[in-house]
Amino acid sequence: MTYSTVLFSLAGGALIGLSAALLLYFNNRVAGISGIVAGLIKPWQSDSAWRLAFLIGLIVSASLWFLFGGTIPIQFDTSLGVLAISGLLVGYGTQLGGGCTSGHGICGLARLSKRSMVATACFMITAGITVYGVHHVL
Amino acid sequence: MSFRKTPQFLIFTAFLSGLIFGLGLIVAQMTNPAKVLGFLDVAGHWDPSLAFVMIGALVTLGWLQFLTKKSCQHNASKVDSVKPIYSKIDAKLIIGSSIFGIGWGLSGLCPGPALVSLTSGLTGSLVFVGAMITGFIVFKYLHPPKK
Repeated sequence: MTYSTVLFSLAGGALIGLSAALLLYFNNRVAGISGIVAGLIKPWQSDSAWRLAFLIGLIVSASLWFLFGGTIPIQFDTSLGVLAISGLLVGYGTQLGGGCTSGHGICGLARLSKRSMVATACFMITAGITVYGVHHVL
Repeated sequence: MSFRKTPQFLIFTAFLSGLIFGLGLIVAQMTNPAKVLGFLDVAGHWDPSLAFVMIGALVTLGWLQFLTKKSCQHNASKVDSVKPIYSKIDAKLIIGSSIFGIGWGLSGLCPGPALVSLTSGLTGSLVFVGAMITGFIVFKYLHPPKK
């Protein structure tokens, strides 16, 4: 880990914090990605428009990055079957637990929510155990 | 009605928020599952990047919330607020978050980075996002909202 990696990580994090603050300040909404997107799975309602706008912004960000000559390194070391299982668990788990890394891990922790502290501890620990199991035991 | 409450403006700010969120994930390279797994793999060649991302985000959001005196609790009474958040720490929270963690650990992908990585057109991203949306739908089917 180099000095520049630390800077890019902090800067990226600051942008994420700014984004969440914007949505909270203007829209009065929590920038929890899983909740925003899952809330679109229903007939069109009054809150569907901003959810869709957020999702489009999220997806367009990568295109904008490419347009300005940036690259996005993405490296999968996982088979498609495992990715499918992983996606299912992430989809179901975030709905049951009421949030993901953004909703609990950033927005929730930033307002010192005890619920989010417990949730973040749970998913960090089970993710760590899973990685340990997959990479060091199996 | 001030322009700040018009639907068009709120759609614009939501779009802008999504855009900045995505750029943040890209700048921090959190869109790369291998890097996230590097953080989660404490017993391997540990990459602390994700911790710095969280520090950057929490400090920025915490500071801006303080400046604007705006956190969810203050808004709980407002009609258009999403979350008068459930305040209970219950089995659903713990089990759900634990299931999410297992899924996250299997691939290194969580919802935000997965959606941003869709633009890459990689089959892996498409499969993951498709399965995640299926997971959302399965949840709605198994736990229909109480009327």
